[in-house]
Amino acid sequence: MKIRVKVNGRWYESDVEPRTLLAYWLREDLKLTGTHIGCDTTSCGACTVLLDGKAVKSCTVLAVQANGREVMTVEGLERNGQLHPLQSAFWECHALQCGYCTPGMLMASYALLQENPNPTEEEIREGLSGNICRCTGYMNIVKAVQTAARKMSGESQEALEEVAANGASAD
Amino acid sequence: MFPNAFEYEAPTSLDDAIRLIREHGYDAKVLAGGQSLLPMMKLRIAAPAVLIDINGIDELKGWREVDGTLRIGAMTRHAELEHARELADSFPLLSRTARWIADPLIRNRGTIGGSLAHADPGADWGAAMLAAGARIEARGPEGSRLIPVDEFFVDTFATSLNEDELVVAVHIDKPTGPVAARYMKLERKAGDFAIAALGVQVELDSNGRVAKAGIGMCACGPIPLRATKAEAALIGQPLTDETIKTVSRLVPEDADPTDDLRGSAEYKRDLLRVFASRALHEIAEELKGKVGGQ
Ligand SMILES: Cc1cc2nc3c(=O)[nH]c(=O)nc-3n(C[C@H](O)[C@H](O)[C@H](O)COP(=O)(O)OP(=O)(O)OC[C@H]3O[C@@H](n4cnc5c(N)ncnc54)[C@H](O)[C@@H]3O)c2cc1C
Ligand code: FES
Ligand code: FES
Repeated sequence: MKIRVKVNGRWYESDVEPRTLLAYWLREDLKLTGTHIGCDTTSCGACTVLLDGKAVKSCTVLAVQANGREVMTVEGLERNGQLHPLQSAFWECHALQCGYCTPGMLMASYALLQENPNPTEEEIREGLSGNICRCTGYMNIVKAVQTAARKMSGESQEALEEVAANGASAD
Repeated sequence: MFPNAFEYEAPTSLDDAIRLIREHGYDAKVLAGGQSLLPMMKLRIAAPAVLIDINGIDELKGWREVDGTLRIGAMTRHAELEHARELADSFPLLSRTARWIADPLIRNRGTIGGSLAHADPGADWGAAMLAAGARIEARGPEGSRLIPVDEFFVDTFATSLNEDELVVAVHIDKPTGPVAARYMKLERKAGDFAIAALGVQVELDSNGRVAKAGIGMCACGPIPLRATKAEAALIGQPLTDETIKTVSRLVPEDADPTDDLRGSAEYKRDLLRVFASRALHEIAEELKGKVGGQ
């Protein structure tokens, strides 16, 4: 079946078998291998992408269901060679170890901050509860999202470094 | 992992969908949010020859209130009900239940119609719809009918829908008196199905006595179950500590849990009692001062 999907701002046309899952289409046909496949059973969130702005598990959506729609993958975060504030916050806060869960964490965090630009720690933990990390223990991931939220709302560099070093205060 | 090959249909009207279902019969499956069906197809537990995707049917989306009844389209996603502020006052159980279903990513896709049709005994909407006294609107080639939720679930993964019928909406009557609700659930890990869960909705009359009570349980039997004895014991009573104590003890009597990986039957029964007690105390607190004055 012929599909046309806008991925990270660019339209792609493709002929796919209806049973092709979105995650596999992104990785194998478009070679956008940033989207990871972890469990392949709708549990881990490594495959998280945005479909028309909503974070979804792309191992559990058919590629044909994205026909005529917009998809954003982790490759779409960077702009003109500049890391997205979430990406730099993950880097600065050491929010990854093996990095396998990171693309999914970034996309779920991105969706969370779109809907709630100033989330509490609890809201971040709930927002990321569909994403599993086997390495970090989540502490630094939460810290990174807090840092990114502040970056995106335009806080001073000093305050940011403070957060990166000590975690956000519970305000 | 990927499913067996299938033919894909994406009708844009309900009539077309029903025609396709009739045409393909047993060979076809309807695809709603896909959050139960696609995992089953990937594991090859389900292998439909034809997949009828109903995501493009606008008639099945969103909700509206008509003559004191809320009609929620079958394709309404869990997340939409979770965030529907405008429904929070009259239909408090919707958001309170939705936020407990799976995780935010699954809630962005999964639908209320799909969850009910799937009839997993652990599905949270089952317990909540019992508590809210919902009716399921089904449509087939012969037209529409309303199925009371008590007659909808037949067995594990089995409903009273005919083979050529679709769930098109869920109907819930708008409460006429002060109303409050709670959904309580214990899970082994974030985003999991319940060890046991309980939905409670209480409506008071002008004297502060219980006019209507709904208590639904899931993961405690082959289908979602109603705590009939406890409901009956609530009617006409004020929400005192004494009433709550008596009623909470009655809740497990209508449950039928089994020992499994998630816990022993005894543990689940006690969980239901504790949940009922906590829910009713919170409801009593919330409804204090709401009688007569509003
Ligand atoms: C990891 C994980 C955790 C989960 N945790 C929970 C949880 O805690 N609580 C919970 O309640 N659920 C949970 N779920 C299930 C989730 O809520 C599903 O979204 C839901 O069960 C099915 O809804 P769907 O719209 O995705 O339906 P689909 O998967 O598309 O369909 C399910 C079945 O219903 C049929 N169907 C769908 N729509 C209709 C219709 N309108 N008319 C007739 N038949 C129809 C389909 O043919 C299929 O047989 C979980 C799922 C996963 C993968
Ligand atoms: S790979 Fe999609 S949820 Fe794990
Ligand atoms: S960094 Fe290894 S799984 Fe998260």
